[in-house]
Amino acid sequence: MGRQIYAAIADGILEGGVYALMAVGLTLIFGVLDIINIAQGILVVTGAYLSYVLSVHLHIDLFLGLLVTVPAMFILGLGIYWAFIRPLRGRERTSMSLLACYAVAIIIEGVLYWIFGANEDTLHASYVTNSFRVFGFYLSDIYVYGFIMAVGLVIALYLLLYRTRFGRSVRATMQDQTAARLIGIQVNRVAGLTFAIGVGVTAAGGMVFGATSGGFTPNSGYDLISRLLAIVILGGLGSIGGALVASVFMITLESLVDIWSPNWAIVVFYVALVVVLTVRPTGMFGRQPVRAQ
Amino acid sequence: MKPQALWQPGVALLVLVVAAIFPLVITTGLWTQIGVETMIFVGAAAAWNIFSGFSGYISLGHAVFYGTGAYTVAILAQHWHLSGDAVFWLMPLGAVTAAVVAIPFGLVALQARRHTFVVVTIAIFFIFQLMASNFSFTGGSSGIIAPVLNWDAATFNNPFYYIALIISAVTIGLAWLIRGSRFGLQLRAIRDDEDRARGLGVKTFRVKLSALMISAFITGLLGGLFYYFIGQAVPQFIFDPLFDLSVALMAFFGGLGTVAGPVLGALIIEPAQQYLTVQITNDYLSLILLGALFLAVILLVPRGVIPTLSEMISQRRSRQAGRPMAAVVPPGAPAVPQPAAGRGKEAGR
Amino acid sequence: MSAALLRTEHVAKAFGGVQALTDASLEVTEGSITGLIGPNGSGKTTLFNVMTGYERLDAGNVYSRDQKITNASPQKVFGLGIGRTFQLSRIFPRLTVMENMLVAGQHRSGVRNPLARAGGPADRRHAMELLEFTGIAGHASALAETLSYGQRKLLELAYVLVTDPALVLLDEPAGGVNPSLINHIAARIRDLNRAGKTFLIVEHNMDFVMGLCDRVTVLDYGTVIASGPPELIRDDPRVLDAYLGTDEEDEDVRS
Repeated sequence: MGRQIYAAIADGILEGGVYALMAVGLTLIFGVLDIINIAQGILVVTGAYLSYVLSVHLHIDLFLGLLVTVPAMFILGLGIYWAFIRPLRGRERTSMSLLACYAVAIIIEGVLYWIFGANEDTLHASYVTNSFRVFGFYLSDIYVYGFIMAVGLVIALYLLLYRTRFGRSVRATMQDQTAARLIGIQVNRVAGLTFAIGVGVTAAGGMVFGATSGGFTPNSGYDLISRLLAIVILGGLGSIGGALVASVFMITLESLVDIWSPNWAIVVFYVALVVVLTVRPTGMFGRQPVRAQ
Repeated sequence: MKPQALWQPGVALLVLVVAAIFPLVITTGLWTQIGVETMIFVGAAAAWNIFSGFSGYISLGHAVFYGTGAYTVAILAQHWHLSGDAVFWLMPLGAVTAAVVAIPFGLVALQARRHTFVVVTIAIFFIFQLMASNFSFTGGSSGIIAPVLNWDAATFNNPFYYIALIISAVTIGLAWLIRGSRFGLQLRAIRDDEDRARGLGVKTFRVKLSALMISAFITGLLGGLFYYFIGQAVPQFIFDPLFDLSVALMAFFGGLGTVAGPVLGALIIEPAQQYLTVQITNDYLSLILLGALFLAVILLVPRGVIPTLSEMISQRRSRQAGRPMAAVVPPGAPAVPQPAAGRGKEAGR
Repeated sequence: MSAALLRTEHVAKAFGGVQALTDASLEVTEGSITGLIGPNGSGKTTLFNVMTGYERLDAGNVYSRDQKITNASPQKVFGLGIGRTFQLSRIFPRLTVMENMLVAGQHRSGVRNPLARAGGPADRRHAMELLEFTGIAGHASALAETLSYGQRKLLELAYVLVTDPALVLLDEPAGGVNPSLINHIAARIRDLNRAGKTFLIVEHNMDFVMGLCDRVTVLDYGTVIASGPPELIRDDPRVLDAYLGTDEEDEDVRS
């Protein structure tokens, strides 16, 4: 039993790192655009399918394939922003954009069903089935590689945010959109690019998800977005550090609960979501809501 | 604003009459089936609008109430070995259960800001879907089959249709009453500026929860009806995210927060959706179409058909009358209004 | 000596690292029109927010007629007869002007039945009187969002008056409004004051303040630095110093 627990924790941390990548994308989008991209779940699945196509039909290695899928998803993100988010105006902008994202998610789900059908697919590679042997138990190769990649990408994101001029614009926009506009930042461009980045990283997460999920279908988007939403809200909408911590924590928790009951494991996310919102509505590291003007 | 009031009673009566004679005139099974589902959605959209439309809190978890109503009827019918007409009497019980479920639902969800509220409703929805699939008393993932109903096949759909019609008509009447009432005013004030409303003394939480419970009751009632109509309660069909999306779309399309909006939305969208699903056997297309339609509505007619239309009408009228925008003209010093005696009590009510 | 309708004692409030209010003590005498002025960022709106329950204070107390109302909720403060307007008028855009008025009055009408028509004849009559008083009665059935900037200010003033508060706090009633309207607003305030209402007004428009108020309190960096009749305040060296003195007070402190 003890060994099972350690294995679950190890798996949880590694997988949590990958989820962190997708969660960071989601929280970044909220921080800059003030919208919750409900489509993130199905976009991860899309990333998985893209990797699947490259792998099965073109025999390209999964990690190498990311060189194609990440830019592809980036462009998709740009398209979604430009066509469906940017035109939204008016008082109800935040609710409308959430609904728009939901609608986009439904459309993508339909398209995926159309193209790929409802059968389960998985991504295969040698490292998916091989594993390292560490301290007496097994860590799947793919988990380790995926974790390393996730860490690398998060560091790259961090550098982008804190070492480049673009990153500075993003952070400024996150803090105060009006002020940012006043000092000459092209808020729309920043918003679009941030959205695209948030979507682009899902390609990477999608690939690992596809390899480790044990079978995914277009319907898998719902479970994914439930997890991501819980993680992002728990960590605090807009807080990148929060998303990182919450990802590892929640996925590890799920991994542990999974030992006891696989069917109910997903419930920890819903419960966590509900509990956090009742006890501390802004999450662990979130921003305070504005009451008075 | 006003043009609506002019044509509404007449149109409403006309629609009601047409709806009442519909199944007597068009008797093909396919169309009466579409009729039943449409009528159910008219009621569901109107009920959804009573909460989400008036308060501005977009709920994507109303399927929870729909499903609770359905499963309550299913479980009780099974438990008490009911069949035939008796099962219909379980519907109000389903409605009450849904209203009771609305209490913890509201206690949790209404804590959140508008933004996160939507997300919480989605989360609660998935919790319920999961519970329905995993608990044995709900029949797990295969669900519960309804008791046999030995009605004449030719007119099988009609009673369901008329029950749905009555429920919907009452709901619309209720929505109209609420809109003009003090309760409705408070709800709409919450929609516009909740904090300011609270600062002026509106009991915001109480008002929101009441609206939610009313909305849940009606939705649960319709859920029970739907269960008996389709003959089974299966988690993915009863707790279906598309239900929430459809109901929201109908209300948005017609005009969020208006009385007639959801009705119009349901009357147009549901038959269209059903018809397309039958014509195009690939029902993944319906997902795409629903999403695309939603996007089209949000982007092109964000305020909904009815408000946009009445705005166009009133703009044309004021242009015809040549009325300029009235300016503030302070006419000398009017008397300071004194607090009227007995102002605190409404005379004659 | 009339009782202080509103009094703050040593109020302090900080936002993160910024101390918006430091030992702010002021008094509003019943029957007066008191002005609250000070350079940008001196904490005027924050003080308003603290007094009316829209912000919690860190230290100090707020009293209304010797009753402690420190950190009372906005609705409690409103229920005690203290109304307030906001710098950017907070009206209900998708309700009609009349409905805006009815929202303000709804918790006072003794009707139990929530499904009753919103606003009985007496309420509507009273609302119309106030709308006529402020000059926007012609717009009673228009949606509030169609009102101009100045008209919105008048609407907010009107609906705050619905429950006949003894004290009205106005946050920049003349801000961004055209001159004839400013005079109109000033005249209405004077009328109401003569009928017994007390006012506390935050304003930047010096002519408006000096011409209307019988007492002026000056806030600088979150503390009251002077208080007295307008003629004295106008020439007070400390006040002039606060406004003209050091240049680096342009950071906007959450005002």
